[in-house]
Amino acid sequence: MAAFESFFNSFASPSLVIIISIGVFLLYFFRMRMMMQPRVSFAIMALTALFLVVGSQNHDFFKIITKGDNMPIVIMIFAILFFLWLAFRQATLNDMRLEQGLPPNEAESSNKKVLVWPDLVYPEFVMTVALSAAFIIWGVMVEAPIEEPASGTRAPNPAKAPWYFLGLQEMLVYFDPWLAGVVLPGMIVVGLMAIPYIDTNPKGNGYYTLKERPFAIFMFMFGFLILWVVLVIMGTFLRGPNWNFFGPFEYWDPHKVEALVNVNLSEYFWVSWLDMRLPDNPLQRELPGIVLILIYLLIVPAILARTVLKKFFHQLGFARFSILVVLLLMMASLPIKMFLRWTINLKYLVGIPEWFFNI
Amino acid sequence: MTLLKKIAETQVWRSIFRHGYPSTPRNRALAALSNVFLHLHPVKARKSGIRLSFTWCMGGITFFLFLLETITGVLLMFYYRPTIEYAYNDIIALREHVPLGIMRELHRWGAHMMVLAVWLHMLRVFLTGSYKPPREFNWNIGVILLLLTLLLSFTGYLLPWDQLAIWAITVGSNMARAHPVIGHEGPGASLLAVGDVSLVTPASDIRFGLLAGRFVGAAALLRFYVLHCVALPLAAGLLMAIHFWRVRKDGGISGPM
Repeated sequence: MAAFESFFNSFASPSLVIIISIGVFLLYFFRMRMMMQPRVSFAIMALTALFLVVGSQNHDFFKIITKGDNMPIVIMIFAILFFLWLAFRQATLNDMRLEQGLPPNEAESSNKKVLVWPDLVYPEFVMTVALSAAFIIWGVMVEAPIEEPASGTRAPNPAKAPWYFLGLQEMLVYFDPWLAGVVLPGMIVVGLMAIPYIDTNPKGNGYYTLKERPFAIFMFMFGFLILWVVLVIMGTFLRGPNWNFFGPFEYWDPHKVEALVNVNLSEYFWVSWLDMRLPDNPLQRELPGIVLILIYLLIVPAILARTVLKKFFHQLGFARFSILVVLLLMMASLPIKMFLRWTINLKYLVGIPEWFFNI
Repeated sequence: MTLLKKIAETQVWRSIFRHGYPSTPRNRALAALSNVFLHLHPVKARKSGIRLSFTWCMGGITFFLFLLETITGVLLMFYYRPTIEYAYNDIIALREHVPLGIMRELHRWGAHMMVLAVWLHMLRVFLTGSYKPPREFNWNIGVILLLLTLLLSFTGYLLPWDQLAIWAITVGSNMARAHPVIGHEGPGASLLAVGDVSLVTPASDIRFGLLAGRFVGAAALLRFYVLHCVALPLAAGLLMAIHFWRVRKDGGISGPM
């Protein structure tokens, strides 16, 4: 048990968790056919369950995963593993059919129409009864949590947002609130709404497929799984007091000390490289970062349009392509900032606290 | 059998149900057509579209959970007063004084699951490409419904008025003070100023507007209560009506052309 605990605790850093998640994601994506075989997928689910069962020997771990408000996240882990399998299993089977020149499986019966009474109304009724029963059992078994009365002067440590916003709270490690709490969430909403208008690929409408729209599915799944679901799981189970990172079997010590060694780009540029003191004018001081941001938002799209994303530039036209690229760059900004933090301890690319303008 | 038949022939029965038992195609079509609730459905649907492995029933589950939240929520409102004097004690009283009372449990677990069901529904819609023409607009309605679901859950989080509630809302609403230009700690906060007097202060910025105060207090509780019980459910209900209507108008559950 001790070996089991220390093995998993040894992965306990945000960088390792996210890099391993990305690795698993890429494995899923590029070995889809293998990963979607029922025995592989269900073995993964069984291993996840086994991990939770064995881990529950640890009292603290057991308390965290069975805490009333954390149960939805445990359910989410299994629901997502299961529904990913359900979706991409059908997608890979459809892709094999499409390779053979057959229509997707859904087309076999898509012209067949059935009366909704009873073919739809009955399953809906059964689902209603089954869910009602499930919720009543859940409600009787587990009491809804209630903590001590609210006190505006005693902050709990850690103070966490509701679980579905923990991805945003995790972003606060890397970005200031105006980005992590306002601009990036806003971009998520705008991006979701823009999807139907920037994805002009007519294929894959109304059936599961991966081959016919790999780019769209890769980007969406990366955003949803890595930049949202993984961060929610991390925020729930691995972030403890002072938002410090803890291994799954580590005691949440409120006095754990983490050195704050993050450095602004301006200090790297002026002090370390040019051996000068920081300029007084904030704009001049932060010029290197500002130039980098402008290159990222203006020059990189132009380069992408001529190289990697050339095909999309021609298909989509200037307006749609610009929106697509800005959305992708905003999405990529989080892993980029994470990577810079882990490698060179970068605090801000542009740091103008005088104007609350830190990037 | 004869008794059932007799009941089915009474004037009362026939005034409610305008068709015979739905065992014939005609009566089954009428069952869907002449019932305001079943009328959400078309009479006939694609066989591939209503398969459980295709839809996962996630939209339906989300709707079920919305109804569950509405019913349990109305019952909870009978016992709950949204003031700092009473809110916490009313929640405790629910546990202590109501035998077998599980309304709060149902409401809470249902709320968590509704968020998850919405995510999975959107995942399914994305992976089947069902946002593609002609369903672009309905995807957008869906994104707004996602936001409303999160806001419903967020506003409801405050109501028990315990430590979890007040601090989760404090953490969440602190983001608003960093809103560019209209939050007092956001970039450009100093742009809105008359001479030397800043218009964006802790007592006038967007966070103040959200909480009706500089801290999560009595006014925020009342505000969140009204949003949670009246404004947001009404908005969600309206958008759901549009959402369901558009599903039908855009050709039903999607399928290959």
